[in-house]
Amino acid sequence: MRTVTVVGASLSGLYAARELRAQGFDGRLVIVGEEPHRPYDRPPLSKDFLTGRAGEDRLALTDAEETAGLDAEWLLGVRARGLDARGRTVLLDDGRAVSTDGVVVATGASARHLPGDGLAGVHTLRTLDDARALRAELTRGPRRVVVIGGGFIGAETASSCAALGHTVTVVEAAPLPLVPQLGTEMAAVCATLHRREGAELVTGASVAALRGTGVVTAVTLSDGRSLPADVVIVGIGATPSTAWLAGSALVLNDGVVCDDGCVTSLPQVVAAGDVARVGGTRAEHWTSATEQPRVAVTNLLAGRTVEYARTLPYFWSDQYGARLQFAGRRREGDTVRIVEGETADGVPADDGFLARYERDGRTTAVLSVDRPRAFMRARRELARETERTWPTDGPARPAGDRDRTAGDRVRPAVL
Amino acid sequence: MIPVCRLEDLPKGGSTRVGTSPPIAVFHTDDGDLYAIDDTCSHQDASLSEGWLEGCLVECPLHAASFDLRTGRPTCLPARRPVRTHRVSVHEGVVHVHLAAEEGSAA
Repeated sequence: MRTVTVVGASLSGLYAARELRAQGFDGRLVIVGEEPHRPYDRPPLSKDFLTGRAGEDRLALTDAEETAGLDAEWLLGVRARGLDARGRTVLLDDGRAVSTDGVVVATGASARHLPGDGLAGVHTLRTLDDARALRAELTRGPRRVVVIGGGFIGAETASSCAALGHTVTVVEAAPLPLVPQLGTEMAAVCATLHRREGAELVTGASVAALRGTGVVTAVTLSDGRSLPADVVIVGIGATPSTAWLAGSALVLNDGVVCDDGCVTSLPQVVAAGDVARVGGTRAEHWTSATEQPRVAVTNLLAGRTVEYARTLPYFWSDQYGARLQFAGRRREGDTVRIVEGETADGVPADDGFLARYERDGRTTAVLSVDRPRAFMRARRELARETERTWPTDGPARPAGDRDRTAGDRVRPAVL
Repeated sequence: MIPVCRLEDLPKGGSTRVGTSPPIAVFHTDDGDLYAIDDTCSHQDASLSEGWLEGCLVECPLHAASFDLRTGRPTCLPARRPVRTHRVSVHEGVVHVHLAAEEGSAA
């Protein structure tokens, strides 16, 4: 393989480039990035970057020394618009075409929008440019902020806005935010964090329209209520960035469909990070984006699937002064109990708690609020347990298999 | 020189956080050695005193970056920058940390 093109210059794209060099690829390495920026870390954007505690220098994922060592051709500020049917040519928006022997698809996901969000004062928070624009607006004095969506981005952004002294209302369509991730009981506990720092949480409410002429002035809900707003932040999730792959031979289904080893329907094309549906599951987690590239690159260089992505799902969130950490695969019907620490009147106590999700006497997932040490121990135990009880290695399932249960047969990371 | 705690209150395998600015993490390894490093992970805001201690390595509780307590250097990603190390001594049963900056200015 003489040329490998990594499409996507964010977390998983950079990790893939590192892995290519670390695993001995010494050919031409091309990295295509839609944004003009060198790879940067997104998690701080909604937190320390938004509140001004961390500047842009803290976001950089790489430095000049490493960049030189990677010896890559960086094509930044240009979007990929196509991949030919055999995966041998990456077409760029500016008309260029990169001939290549292998491709790593790492184009991530992009923020979902609402109709009418072209009004000034309406923001999404996904990229550095998004965060710069929002930060600039939030430093112009006290604002009435409405955050649409109570998921992790919504909650973290709302928390940062509250910390900056703005008036914050969070609108969530479901009866409780974070239920899909945490289940009802723990979602109820975490929902109390909003009120703890003075943000208002409006649940079971869907948005009918964003109002304003040129500049947003209010959010209208379907029950007729109107929430006055100077700033609206739309945090309603992200969609995998696969539009550019239409017409290629890759199978697309809420992401690029891959086997358990991040290999697509073309053996010389692999995918990693938010855009990749690996073994039936697509995860928008920082940890997956850093773990999948190693396996993807191993299999790309081998020309077939010789290794599987062994990821125990893990995510964290910092909101309202609390740190949530979650690992494992919770399913509907799992019982949940707090095994360390406690809640007081349904609110996490100051020294936090650790909760276990259980099914058939086995732990399926763990959640902690402000109990990092207990969480680390529990996460390691869970990884070992999962490793022991899950099926041993079999042949990789072919890409394009859509009939599997999310998460089955994906084995845990060795922690 | 900052008194931290009595040695008997910091058992092997244990760690404690000193609320200096910036805060410092002090570790007592299973082998009985004492080390002190800056408490905040050089990658992102997390307390290394709450990390996973194994031999002379501590793993960050947030993103699993690992640091060598002897040198402060990261041994794996995502951390790329080292944390400062500080000398530790025990006087009359009390653990003390000697801040790296103080040592530098005294030299």
